Amino acid sequence: MIVRNREAMDHRAENTIGILLRTGVTISALVVLFGGILFLAHSWSSPTHYRTFRGEPGDLRHISGIIREGFALNPEGIIQLGLLLLIATPIVRVAFSAWAFAEERDWLYVTFTLIVLGLLLFSLAGPHS
Amino acid sequence: MNTLEFVAILWLGSFAAGFLGSLTGLGGGVVIVPLLTLVFGVDIRYAIGAALISVIATSSGAAAAYVKEGFSNIRVGMFLEIATTLGAIAGAFVAFYLPIHAIAVIFGFVLAYSAYLSFRPPPHDRRAGQPDKLATRLRMDATYPTPRGLQHYHVRGVPAGFLVMFIAGVLSGLLGIGSGAVKVLAMDRAMRLPFKVSTTTSNFMIGVTAAASAGIYLNRGYIDPGLAMPVVLGVLIGSLIGSRLLAGAKSRVLRIVFAIVIAFLAIEMIFNGLTGRI
Repeated sequence: MIVRNREAMDHRAENTIGILLRTGVTISALVVLFGGILFLAHSWSSPTHYRTFRGEPGDLRHISGIIREGFALNPEGIIQLGLLLLIATPIVRVAFSAWAFAEERDWLYVTFTLIVLGLLLFSLAGPHS
Repeated sequence: MNTLEFVAILWLGSFAAGFLGSLTGLGGGVVIVPLLTLVFGVDIRYAIGAALISVIATSSGAAAAYVKEGFSNIRVGMFLEIATTLGAIAGAFVAFYLPIHAIAVIFGFVLAYSAYLSFRPPPHDRRAGQPDKLATRLRMDATYPTPRGLQHYHVRGVPAGFLVMFIAGVLSGLLGIGSGAVKVLAMDRAMRLPFKVSTTTSNFMIGVTAAASAGIYLNRGYIDPGLAMPVVLGVLIGSLIGSRLLAGAKSRVLRIVFAIVIAFLAIEMIFNGLTGRI
C-alpha cells in the first residue's frame, strides 16, 4: 500500500517536471529569439570577432548585470537573460524535486537533492575567475 | 563575413547537428564544438560555452517527453546527479588551467570513443537477479513499462556507477558535451538498469550536469550571446524535429554515416590540437 502510494506520487511529480521543463525551455527560447532579432537589426553588418578570445564584459557575466542589461532592452543583454533562464530551468527542476521528495517524507532523497541544488547554486552564484 | 551571414550559416549548421544528433541518438552537442572550431574558426572557449547551453536546451526538451512515459528512474538520476554535478564543477575548473590545445586533443579522443560506440549494437539487458544491499537501502529498485505491462527491475553496482558518473561529469564540464554515452555506460553496464531506463534517465540528468558547469562558464565570460543565440535555437529546433521523426525511421545507415563524420572530426581535432592550430 505504501509502495503503491509512493509510485502514484512519483508519477504525479514526473508529470509536473515534464511541464516545468517544457515551459522553461519554451520561454527561454522565445526570449533568446526576441533578443536575437533585436541583435541582428542592430548589428547585422558588423564583422564577427570570435577567432580571438576576449571574454564577455562584466555585465554579461553575472546574474545582476544580465538582469539589468536585459530589462534595459540591450539586445545582447536580452539574449543573455534567455540563456540564464535556460540554465535556471534544470535548477528549478531540482528545487521542485526536493519539494516532491519532502511531500513523500523521503528525507534521504531530500538530502541528496539539496546537495545537488547547493552545488548548482554555488556554480551559478560565482564569481569563479 | 558579416554578423548576419555568420548567424544564418551557424544556425543552419546547428540545426543539422541537432537534427542528425537526435535522429541517430548520438546527441547534437558533441559535434557543435568541432563545427564551431574547425569550420568557423571560433575560439574553443566560446565554442564550449555555446555547446553547453545547447546541451541544456535539448536535454530539457527531450526529458520533458521521457519523464511522462515513466521510463526514467528519478531516484537513481537524483542520486547520481551528486556525482555528475561535482564532476562538472571540477571539470570546469580544470578547463580554466589546461592549455586549449590539450582540451582539443582530449575532445578528439572522446569523439573517437563515441564514434566507436555507435558502431556497436545496443547491448542486451543483463538483469540483476538478486536485490543489492546498497541499492535497496537507497530505494532504487523500480518498474518500467514494457509491451507486457510493468516490469520490475533491481539495481546494483551503485559505487561503480557513481564513480563513472563523476568522470562523465568531468568530461561534460571540461568539453561542453552532455556525455550521454558515458552516462549510459554507467547505468547500463555497472548498475544493470534496463537499456531504455538508462538512456532516458541519462537524458534527464544531462541538463542538470550541464547547468552545473554552465554557471561557471557564464561567470568567466565564455558564453557569448551573439554566438550562443543561433547555436541554441538551431540545435533545439533541429533536435525537436529529429525526435518527431525518430518514431518512424531509425535508420542504421544514417547512424553509421554520422559516426563516420564524428570519427573524421575526431582525427581533425586531435591533429589540430597537436599541431597547435586550435
